[in-house]
Amino acid sequence: MTRDEIIETTKRFLSEEFEVEKDTIQAKNNLQKTLDLDSLDYVDLVVVIEENLGFKPTSEDFKAIDTFNDFYDLVEKKIN
Amino acid sequence: MEKRVVITGIGLYSSIGNGKEEVLDSLRNGKSGIIYDKEREEVGYRSCLTGMVETPNLKPFLSRRQRIGMHQPAMYAYMSTMEAMEQAKLDIDFLEKNETGIIFGNDSTAGAVIETVDKMRERKDTTLIGSGDIFQNMNCTVNMSLSTIYKLKGINITLSAACASGSHSIGMGYLLIKQGLQERVVCGGAQEINIYAMGSFDGLGAFSIRHDEPTKASRPFDANRDGLIPSGGAATLIIESLESAERRGAPILGEILGYGFSSNGDHISNPNLDGQLRSLNMSLDQAGIKADKIDYVSAHATSTPVGDKTEAQAIETVLGSDVPVSSTKGMTGHECWMSGASEVAYSLLMMENDFIAPNINFENPDEDSKRINIIPEYTEKKIDTFLSNSFGFGGTNSSLIITKFVK
Repeated sequence: MTRDEIIETTKRFLSEEFEVEKDTIQAKNNLQKTLDLDSLDYVDLVVVIEENLGFKPTSEDFKAIDTFNDFYDLVEKKIN
Repeated sequence: MEKRVVITGIGLYSSIGNGKEEVLDSLRNGKSGIIYDKEREEVGYRSCLTGMVETPNLKPFLSRRQRIGMHQPAMYAYMSTMEAMEQAKLDIDFLEKNETGIIFGNDSTAGAVIETVDKMRERKDTTLIGSGDIFQNMNCTVNMSLSTIYKLKGINITLSAACASGSHSIGMGYLLIKQGLQERVVCGGAQEINIYAMGSFDGLGAFSIRHDEPTKASRPFDANRDGLIPSGGAATLIIESLESAERRGAPILGEILGYGFSSNGDHISNPNLDGQLRSLNMSLDQAGIKADKIDYVSAHATSTPVGDKTEAQAIETVLGSDVPVSSTKGMTGHECWMSGASEVAYSLLMMENDFIAPNINFENPDEDSKRINIIPEYTEKKIDTFLSNSFGFGGTNSSLIITKFVK
C-alpha cells in the first residue's frame, strides 16, 4: 500500500466511523482533537484500524501519535 | 405532607403508531399492529406472529457516542421519551439544573447480547468488540442512555419485573414523588423486537399460531384464543408533583391515585388469583376509593387461555361485572416489559378523548369472560378514573389507578 493509498483509506474509514468531514483529516492536524476521541473511542479506533488496515495498534503505538502524519508513518511501518 | 402526583407527558413508539396521534387513531379504529415475520419462520419459531416497529434513525438527534451504546430498547425509549419531554415542556437545559429521576422498565437485551457474542466468537479478541456493546448489553441500557442524554440528576434505576416492569416503574416513581423524595421522574417501559428476544418464550408454546389471520390472532378474553403475540417498542410517562407541574405550567394529563402490588410466591409462569386480588385491592385501598368509582379497566389480558381466565375472575371479584373492561393487546400484541407503561398511556388517551378502545377479536365469551363487561367495539364513554393491571412471570403483579385531575 502506497502512502497515498494509506491516506485515502484512512480518510474514508475514519470519517465514516467518527462522523467527521474527510477534509478535516489533514496530515498536520491533531488526530485526537480532529476525531474528538475520548478513552472509549480509542477502542473503536483499534477496531476500525484492524478491519481496514489489518493490524491492531497497541497503546504504546498511540502514545507516539500526535498528528495524522504520525499515524500514516505508523501504518507504513506496520503493514509494509 | 404527602404530595399529589400527576402525569405531565406521554410518549409512544408502538406497533399501533409512532407517536400519540397515530396511536390515538389506531385505538379509535381498532387497528392491529400484528404482522407475520418471515425471519421467525427461518429460525424455527413455532409462531411467526409479532407486533412490529421500525428501527428509528437517531442520527439527526444524537451524537455517535450517544448512539453507539443503544440497541433496540434504548432506541425505542429515546423516541418515546423525546415525545413525552416535549409534551411535558421539559428540555435538557431545565433537567440539568432541576433534579429529575428516571425509573425505566426493561427486562432483556437479548438481541444486543447475541450480537456481541457473535463478535467474540468470530474475532476471538475482546478489544475488537468495540466500545458500545457493553452499554447495549446491560439491562439498564435505557437508563444509561436516557440519563446521560437528558442530564438527569435524580434517582436512576432500572426496573425489571417481567411483564409488569413498565407498570411498577410508574408505581415506584409515584411513591418517591408522593413522599417528597423526587420532584419528577421519567417512567416507562421498553421492549426489544428481534428474533433472539422471544425465541425461548415461543418455545413454551404460549404464542398464537393463527398464522393465516395475523390481525385476528391476539384475542384477549375470546373463547377461541390460542395464545399471545409478542410485540414491543417503548412508552414514556413524565410524572411529577402537582406543585412542580403547576409551577412549570405543564399540562396535567391525569393524577395517580393508587398503586397496588403483590407477589404470588407460587408458580414461575402460571397466574394466581389470590396474588391478583391482593394487587387490585391494595390499589383501591391506596387510592382511598370504592370499586364503583372505576370507570374503565385496562386489562393485562394477553390472550392466553389461563391468564385471561384468572384476570376475569379477579376483575369480577374486586370490581364487579359491570365495569367496562378492554385489553388493548388485541391490537398491539403483548408489549411485555413495555406494556404496563404503554397501557397507562393508551388509557390516558382514552380518558382525554372520552372513549374506550375496543378489545378487538372478542367474538365469543367463555365461562369466565362472560361474567365481566368486555367492550369489543369503539365506545364513547366519559372516563374519570381507570385502573390498569399488569402481571408478570415470577408472579409479580401491579395495579395502578389514575384519575382526571381536579384541583
